[in-house]
Amino acid sequence: MYRYDEFDHDFVQARVAEFSDQVQRRLAGEITEDQFRPLRLMNGVYLQLHAYMLRIAVPYGTLNGKQLRMLGHIARKYDKGYGHFTTRQNIQFNWPALSDIPAILADLASVEMHAIQTSGNCIRNVTADHFAGAAADEVADPRPYAEILRQWSSVHPEFSFLPRKFKIAVTGAERDRAAIQTHDIGLHLKKNAAGELGFAVYIGGGQGRTPMVARKIRDFLPEADLLSYCTAILRVYNLYGRRDNKYKARIKILVHETGVEEITRQVEAEWRELRDADLKLPEADIRAIQAYFAPPALTDRPEGDQAVKLARLDSKGFSEWLDQNVVTHRHPDYAAVTISLKGIGEVPGDASDSQMEAVADIAEKYAFDELRVSHEQNLILPHVARADLKAVYDTLVGIGLATANSNLISDIIACPGLDYCALATARSIPIAQEISRRFASLERQREIGELKLKISGCINACGHHHVGHIGILGVEKKGSELYQVTLGGSADENTSVGEIIGRGFSSEEITDAIEQIVETYLGLRLDPQEKFIDAYRRVGPAPFKEALYAGEAKAA
Amino acid sequence: MKILTANRLTDGIAVWYADGGWAETVDHADIARDKPAEDRLEVIGAKAYAANEVVDVNLIDVDVVNGVVEPVRLREKIRAAGPTIRNDLGKQAAKQATWAA
Repeated sequence: MYRYDEFDHDFVQARVAEFSDQVQRRLAGEITEDQFRPLRLMNGVYLQLHAYMLRIAVPYGTLNGKQLRMLGHIARKYDKGYGHFTTRQNIQFNWPALSDIPAILADLASVEMHAIQTSGNCIRNVTADHFAGAAADEVADPRPYAEILRQWSSVHPEFSFLPRKFKIAVTGAERDRAAIQTHDIGLHLKKNAAGELGFAVYIGGGQGRTPMVARKIRDFLPEADLLSYCTAILRVYNLYGRRDNKYKARIKILVHETGVEEITRQVEAEWRELRDADLKLPEADIRAIQAYFAPPALTDRPEGDQAVKLARLDSKGFSEWLDQNVVTHRHPDYAAVTISLKGIGEVPGDASDSQMEAVADIAEKYAFDELRVSHEQNLILPHVARADLKAVYDTLVGIGLATANSNLISDIIACPGLDYCALATARSIPIAQEISRRFASLERQREIGELKLKISGCINACGHHHVGHIGILGVEKKGSELYQVTLGGSADENTSVGEIIGRGFSSEEITDAIEQIVETYLGLRLDPQEKFIDAYRRVGPAPFKEALYAGEAKAA
Repeated sequence: MKILTANRLTDGIAVWYADGGWAETVDHADIARDKPAEDRLEVIGAKAYAANEVVDVNLIDVDVVNGVVEPVRLREKIRAAGPTIRNDLGKQAAKQATWAA
């Protein structure tokens, strides 16, 4: 994986020293909150309901064991023993004291981590497919390009005060696991007819109060032009993006108001000025960055097939986990493993200090010291020999992280909601927990099949409800929590925004409503292979509305 | 009825103004029952903010239930009682009984 060079080390150390000084001056009363607030936000420090919150960057979701162990250490020493992995492949701590943050940042810097640009109106952590480098279906690893974007965007002088935050995602496969069409810029790494690498470029995707699916503005951008083209997009956005209203300040609004044809023309015109200048990526530089992401030397382990077969016969739990949480690797003797942070009734995305340390041990012992955070709030071991899967499974069982529910209804994305977040209008986590408990039976979950349920505790949509097959949005109405349901959203290569199905439900009603929706789907699907999202796209909302609300209409 | 709340500068912990200082529980916060009393609390909050003791200072609506102060809005109830999850931790471990009631 990527290792800091001298410049990175100096840059992060200098920032730790600078921000530590700012914290000391704030605590000494030498600077006011108004002066300090933008400084702390640039360093990932928010003030939430109960305490400060520190958001730490995990660039493109890639971690090693030492780094995860350090996160466990921070959870134990400075927090309440747990951390929360987020939909932007980052981690948040809910309880750090401001006075401890300099020490936390120094600890992070010792393992090449930081919290820079995890907040503020700048280019945020660049996200990528969590199976990058392992997936059988990718044309190339997207992470070297994410790293090039990270280097380019870090304290970029022109793009540090954008109209609003800016999010970039990169995928290297046709099957989009990075939700690129919900980002300000989505990049799909692909090969052209001549076999050269480049990108399909999407802009203007986003969620929040105005959800929009990104529009493709270029079908093939040569890899050497990545930075000049992104600069052109950012420059057009920085110049014309609205600054009068924060709710209309994202690039999606500019794309919508300007029209995709006109904005494409503007970007291309800007790009013509830039493309042959100093932003052109030299071939040697791309290959040098790629070398950092060279896959581990995967020796053949053909004994894996037999080992897996035998272990399957021996353990039903292992067999189920294998079917649900283990995916094909480009090397036939290996697999990529999803470690579910969605235990039944648990808080989605949370991991304890000791779980983080234990997973770090597993990564070092069985997975070439590689780990990923997925935007679906799980951890990934991208390279595990099939021969070692049973040992990995047994260790995960021992630490309570072997729930075999990847992509099933209890693999819920949920934002922190009103339990932690100062912006939230309703709770998300308890709703996720109750739905998870209701569908606790893995047999029932597998019968239902792939179903992406996503919950947000306010209109800002951090829980991605707009693109959930079933989305739940919590709002406050007359002093109580009310949960609106959307159906038909999707965040893959066929991205769609879900439709509101009807009136909302109280916190007591919502789980029953979800069950009703699921039962309706089970009753109308053509066969067990027809997934929820496909069935919904075939039949539309009517049968679900009927199931949820018909009784009311009659009663009225 | 209103009380004064904020987060402590050094550690961000939610606090409520009570008896001349900032308490970590809401139960016995000083209550303003009329406009002049609200104004007095506001002045106290502004001074504490200016003195860098607290941040995010707000007056919030409350009721008094069984002699104990209870915020009206759910957001403020949760701020006072701790998250409604992880009842093994923090003040919600102690406050759980209150929340359930």
